Amino acid sequence: MSQDSRVRVRIRVNGDVHEHEVEPRLLLVQYLRDVLGLTGTHVGCDTSHCGACTVLLDGEAVKSCTVLAVQADGGEVTTIEGLAQHGRLHPLQEAFWEHHGLQCGYCTPGMIMSALDLLNRHPDPDEETIRRGLEGNLCRCTGYQNIVRAVQAAAARMRAAEAAAAAGGGDD
Amino acid sequence: MIPAAFAYHRASSVDEAVRLLQELGDDARVLAGGHSLLPAMKLRLARPGAVVDIGRIEGLRGIRRQVDHVEVGALTRHADLAAARLPAGLEALAECADRIADPQVRRRGTIGGSLCHADPSADWPAAVLALEGQLVLVGPGGERVVPAAEWFVAPFMTALQPGEILTAIRFPVPQARSGSAYLKLARKASDFAIVGAAARVTVDGSGRCTGAAVGVTGVGDVPYRATAVEDLLVGRVLDDQVIAEAAARAVEGVDPVSDVHAGAEYRAQVAQVYVRRAVQEALGRALSQPA
Amino acid sequence: MALPIEPRPAQPGRVLGRVVRRKEDPRLITGTGSYVDDLRLPGMLHMAVVRSPHAHARITGIDTGRARSMPGVRAVITGEEVKDLCGPMPVGWSLQGLKAPVKYPLALDRVRHVGEAVAVVVAESPAAAADGAEAVQVGYEPLPAVTDPEAAMQDGSPLVWDDVPNNIAARFPLSGGDIEDAFRKADRVVKLRLVNQRLVPVPMEPRGVVAQAHPISGELTLWSSTQIPHILHALLPGLLNVPETRVRIVAPDVGGGFGCKLNLYAEEILAGALSLKLGRPVKWIERRSEHFMATIHGRDQINHVEAAVSGDGRILGIRARIIADIGAYHQLLTPAIPTFTPFMMSGVYAIPALDVEVIEVFTNKTPTDAYRGAGRPEATYLLERLVDTVARELGLDPVEVRRRNFIKADQFPYNTVSGLTYDSGDYEGALNKLLEKIDYEGFRRQQQEARQQGRLLGIGFSTYVEICGLAPSRIWGALGAGIGGWESATVRISPAGRVTVVTGTSPHGQGHQTSWSQIVAETLGVNYEDVEVLHGDTAVAPHGLDTYGSRSAAVGGTAVYMASVKLREKARRIAAHVLEATVDDVEFQVVDGQGRFHVKGAPQRHVTLAQVAAAAFTAHNLPDDVEPGMEATVFYDPTNFTYPFGAHACIVEVDPEDGRVKILRYVAVDDCGNVINPQLVEGQVHGGLAQGIAQALYEGVVYDEQGQLLTASLTDYAVPTAADLPSFETDRTVTPSPTNPLGVKGVGEAGTIGSTPCVVNAVIDALAHLGVRHIDMPLRPSRVWAAIQQAKASGGGQPA
Repeated sequence: MSQDSRVRVRIRVNGDVHEHEVEPRLLLVQYLRDVLGLTGTHVGCDTSHCGACTVLLDGEAVKSCTVLAVQADGGEVTTIEGLAQHGRLHPLQEAFWEHHGLQCGYCTPGMIMSALDLLNRHPDPDEETIRRGLEGNLCRCTGYQNIVRAVQAAAARMRAAEAAAAAGGGDD
Repeated sequence: MIPAAFAYHRASSVDEAVRLLQELGDDARVLAGGHSLLPAMKLRLARPGAVVDIGRIEGLRGIRRQVDHVEVGALTRHADLAAARLPAGLEALAECADRIADPQVRRRGTIGGSLCHADPSADWPAAVLALEGQLVLVGPGGERVVPAAEWFVAPFMTALQPGEILTAIRFPVPQARSGSAYLKLARKASDFAIVGAAARVTVDGSGRCTGAAVGVTGVGDVPYRATAVEDLLVGRVLDDQVIAEAAARAVEGVDPVSDVHAGAEYRAQVAQVYVRRAVQEALGRALSQPA
Repeated sequence: MALPIEPRPAQPGRVLGRVVRRKEDPRLITGTGSYVDDLRLPGMLHMAVVRSPHAHARITGIDTGRARSMPGVRAVITGEEVKDLCGPMPVGWSLQGLKAPVKYPLALDRVRHVGEAVAVVVAESPAAAADGAEAVQVGYEPLPAVTDPEAAMQDGSPLVWDDVPNNIAARFPLSGGDIEDAFRKADRVVKLRLVNQRLVPVPMEPRGVVAQAHPISGELTLWSSTQIPHILHALLPGLLNVPETRVRIVAPDVGGGFGCKLNLYAEEILAGALSLKLGRPVKWIERRSEHFMATIHGRDQINHVEAAVSGDGRILGIRARIIADIGAYHQLLTPAIPTFTPFMMSGVYAIPALDVEVIEVFTNKTPTDAYRGAGRPEATYLLERLVDTVARELGLDPVEVRRRNFIKADQFPYNTVSGLTYDSGDYEGALNKLLEKIDYEGFRRQQQEARQQGRLLGIGFSTYVEICGLAPSRIWGALGAGIGGWESATVRISPAGRVTVVTGTSPHGQGHQTSWSQIVAETLGVNYEDVEVLHGDTAVAPHGLDTYGSRSAAVGGTAVYMASVKLREKARRIAAHVLEATVDDVEFQVVDGQGRFHVKGAPQRHVTLAQVAAAAFTAHNLPDDVEPGMEATVFYDPTNFTYPFGAHACIVEVDPEDGRVKILRYVAVDDCGNVINPQLVEGQVHGGLAQGIAQALYEGVVYDEQGQLLTASLTDYAVPTAADLPSFETDRTVTPSPTNPLGVKGVGEAGTIGSTPCVVNAVIDALAHLGVRHIDMPLRPSRVWAAIQQAKASGGGQPA
């Protein structure tokens, strides 16, 4: 196999299946941004620290700058663009808005995707769990405090919605 | 940010991976979770001509309880171990896994990849040394097993031979009344260890220490077993003074490194403190087990 | 400005002064914002930069042959060609005797810091550009490097520039009062040497630029992740030899700046030049590793301080020598930043004499420039460490020493010894509010008890004032600025009654779309949702001076307010005409959230603002001297700066065994005058605190003696995460600024300025009884531990 051999990948992104021939060195984040045009996932570093590129891969938060597109072949990716459903913001998006959990907004998509993974694992996290759970995402604007507040608020809202659904009061 | 171009090979079995490595020679690197290799490739500090992706090989990910040991597949992710239910005495495995980098990295990074990368500041070496892991290697000549204490040869260099693949790490199930712990000092959350210390302690019914192992990372140019500490622990009833006395030998025979993050003197000090605290924590866990 | 502008009251209005949801957020939380890297243009080329691996070297040759022959590579440019493409990099500040060596965007024959741009490669894809850049072969002959500014000033030191003796770029003296007299009268002289370490700004969005030149007309549009599109518009056309009327600069969504995007960078010039040359769009996106060496650094001062002190803790005078390590050459405002420090060196205190010399020194490092606070944090750090040291040496309480030296609330406006006029303040008021929140006596008891158990607790205070609202143009010019300090705003109402605001500020996280909407909605009686704010595009907002130095609310916000009032006045004249009343008889009022004009004493005789707007555009029935249309523009030039202030306290615990510092509480009481949106103010304070604490505990650039950058990525440069920072307790006092009708002062840098010395003071307080007097930042565990050991070894401790 020569170095410029492309590899066929099939990746489901935000529900839609995409198939492309890609260079092996293409990173998942570049696949999302440059091939699919989903520019909501950002690149903030080149050493796997900042977390701006965080997406869900098969339901788990990963740094898409440290995953080759070929590694994600056959996988299912959720990006920030896939979070709002039927034009309705996800509770995390609502909470970041309401609690001023963002300023410049650059870290926000990755931060929200990490928070989503955190809440999937810990539906009722305390402050320390949230702070530790967001260790992989840097923010330079907010000092993190309003992000923590937003995640707490979203958690409460998601638990309430789940309880309501369990009680038979689920909406859609 | 963009790796140099390479040829990509996806192995579907260990045998295929071994064969590919033989064919491709020195120019090939093994890709597991990619969280050591890809960062180096993005900065072009590593530029392999070929990458052998072993990430999809069946059976290499997972934790299996055997009669006398726990086998951890090389592709087991840090997060898997952080969440694992492990036999008493192996607590340090989960504790160590949970302190590696950050949640996203723990989702992708693998214990095998980390051990093969052998960064002298990585967390795993301390725990794998203290829990006396046995590294299972498969190569052209078949399988062999290397004890953790013989694995770390030099910074970023291990006992892995060309063409070999690390497939699993076996951890002996500790005897009753064993406890272990991992503690680390880093500059900030999600960082590499300036000092990482893992300890395993086994006590008998009278509280006497019948076995101890201590692994230290970040301090020397390779992670090491602090045997001088272990020697002072075994056979004694461990009180704070005994533990402090033993921990004071945490860097015996080791030249602590100096770098931009901390000086040698400081590393030596913190190694003693963290070994002491890790032993105390491990002892507490051992004592909490039924006699 | 002749308009009668009544000051707005401090209490919240309908919209102004209240929490509203930010207008910026819907796009940012859904991933539909538009940052520079998100821009994709047909035919776009990608630029990569070849950078020097040496701190100081002669370039012996560059072989671009292999790079040029690589697939996808379209151009390779080196220092040889750069002079044909563009002019040298401008310096936007002048000082008497300033040495400003000519610097082109690419090194000509010598490199002077690690990361200096040597060549650029333009290719069809980012990967091809990266591959091409790697293939450029540069020959270097290393030269001795100088990295220590104090050594650099010595005779015989290697010279960064051959024609700059002793590497001294400028000396800037500032004095006031009778310093000799102060030291004659002193009961004690307190001395300190402080290092205010070099920092990397690290906004989460790295820099980036896309330049698109029209291949036929030569019109150039340049998108940049910048704080200063208007200043770029003033500078770039001349450098690229294009008429400024054919250049458009756009700052799209910008992912933070913190001062580092208040600059004109080599890559912006080169992308523009190469797009003009090649007739295709050219994109360059900074890699984070490049950011550490190719974007300006902040701070980096060594302060030698001597204070004349009376026995009761009054500071009679300060003498200081400030050695500023400015790196290898001047970026846009490099010479200015260290000169701001002496102006703020009397701080919140009535200090009668000051004598400071700033010495700016070239070294083989990345240039320094504005970083959040830009010269003021350095002053506050120096002063607040000094006050604590005075208290310690005299055996006085640090809070009491601050009180004794404060400028009193009835002394405003207050003329400082450095020549500034503080607009308003109540420093003791902020301190009192802070003390109410922390239970100071209770903490001191707790501290004593903890010491008995071998635990080390400490409390630190910091009381600060900063200078914001940059800037009165006349003063700005006198100080050395190459530009003015005004701001412009246009407010227009559409025929359908909707409002558009065009501002010259250029936000990058601050939320001006939100804040300016609040000001206008309040002033005109329109819905917050019905106001659109446009910014950051010189084709849309031709005049402005952008966003930095906490200037936007006080100058830009005021311009927006004044334009709203001006527009309302025009509407009032039309309304009077429609209502057949005299203008003086017509009043503006907001009823049910809707602005309307009515005849005094006859509220039923009214027209709404929307009706007036419609009338202004039909123009069927306007007064003779009123033009059609509903638009007003104001250029507001402030008469003074604004001076926000505050009082902070921090409680820490230090682990005596490993030197780790844990912040147990951080309480901040800030006063930024009136507030436009309390939530946004709090957000600015939080972020500022995080950055200030980061300087105190975590961050610091390290070069080795050869000038190699050892902290060249996020691996080695410790930007704190959520898990490294505490929850902050914040509160405010409100002392409106009399300088502007909104009464606002600015808050972007307050948290950064107040927090750094506060944390260091707390750590020293925890260790003082052991004999520790000072530790230079960042207070990493290893340094704290070493300081404890050293104090123990020298037996400097007092009984606990």
